[in-house]
Amino acid sequence: MTPLSQQAFREAMLHPEALVPETLRDGHGGPAGRRFSVYRNNVAVGLTEAVLEGFPTLRALLGDENLRALAAPFLRAHPPSSPLMFRYGEALPAFLQRFQPLAHLGYLPDVARLDLAMRESYHAADATPLEPARLAALPPEVLAQAHLRLAPSLRVLRSSWPLWQIWQLAHHDGPPPRPEAEDILITRPGYDPEPHHLPAGGAGFIEALGQGQSAEQASGAAIAEAPDADLPAILGLLLQGSALTAVEIAR
Amino acid sequence: MSTILKTAAVAGAFAAALTAHASTAVADDMAKEKCFGVSLAGENDCAAGPGTTCAGTSKVDYQGNAWTLVDAGKCTMIELPAMADGTARMGSLEALERDLPMEG
Repeated sequence: MTPLSQQAFREAMLHPEALVPETLRDGHGGPAGRRFSVYRNNVAVGLTEAVLEGFPTLRALLGDENLRALAAPFLRAHPPSSPLMFRYGEALPAFLQRFQPLAHLGYLPDVARLDLAMRESYHAADATPLEPARLAALPPEVLAQAHLRLAPSLRVLRSSWPLWQIWQLAHHDGPPPRPEAEDILITRPGYDPEPHHLPAGGAGFIEALGQGQSAEQASGAAIAEAPDADLPAILGLLLQGSALTAVEIAR
Repeated sequence: MSTILKTAAVAGAFAAALTAHASTAVADDMAKEKCFGVSLAGENDCAAGPGTTCAGTSKVDYQGNAWTLVDAGKCTMIELPAMADGTARMGSLEALERDLPMEG
């Protein structure tokens, strides 16, 4: 009997209606039979649980039953590509984008991106935050030309949906979200990531800093994006979230 | 804006943020202490994600054929239809106007 190929095993494992491959043995010379079915079930249940655990906001919005039903086709289309289960689900936002039964809930892909970003932030490297006194000590012209380094745990999500209000409603109750665009900043001041509503212009400011632009250039990027950008509020979020790790002074 | 004015504006923004930060930092430091292993029932919001615990896998995977959205979860409280052309709502300024009821 020819040994079972990896491909055939994978196909049989992911499709519950598929027959148990005949060449699989139970270790005692008999056919694998129900033992394979147990394994197949555990793979699907394990990945379904990973989706439920890994996407707490989607879970609150859809409910367990709907999220399980979504996980069923998802896990078959996107089995894990890494043995690190805490990363599972990276393909879910794109999958949701094309998933017709939920197309009327257009904000769901952004919600999935938010849940993924919170997890990424949690697992990002530690960094020592910048002492605010270092910034306070710099003369204005030096500060304007300085480069600020961002913590590895910082994440920025741009959304054309009221993503912050949706997150609030999902986790803390709140009024039904008003239709407006809201960006989110994730910082990790202690051990756990925290999402914050990022005021208009904030995403442009932080992205410019991330690209190595000076404080003044980044401020320009923020104002270009939103003429009324509240720079003190944006900087306040970064300081409060221990999201700045170093200031480099141009020479 | 002249360079001098821009520099002053940037420095002003930092100064305002630093002043506001100094008054909240003390309270933050006190709240940062983490209690390991202490988690109220139903409030175990570990942010680490899946694969960080060894949960049992004795449950059965039911795979339905037709996908239907069960009326559950908080999405039932959110009514944000996409624009007629299928694009998501952009920004509040234009999108809000399109939501105003027709007069007359």
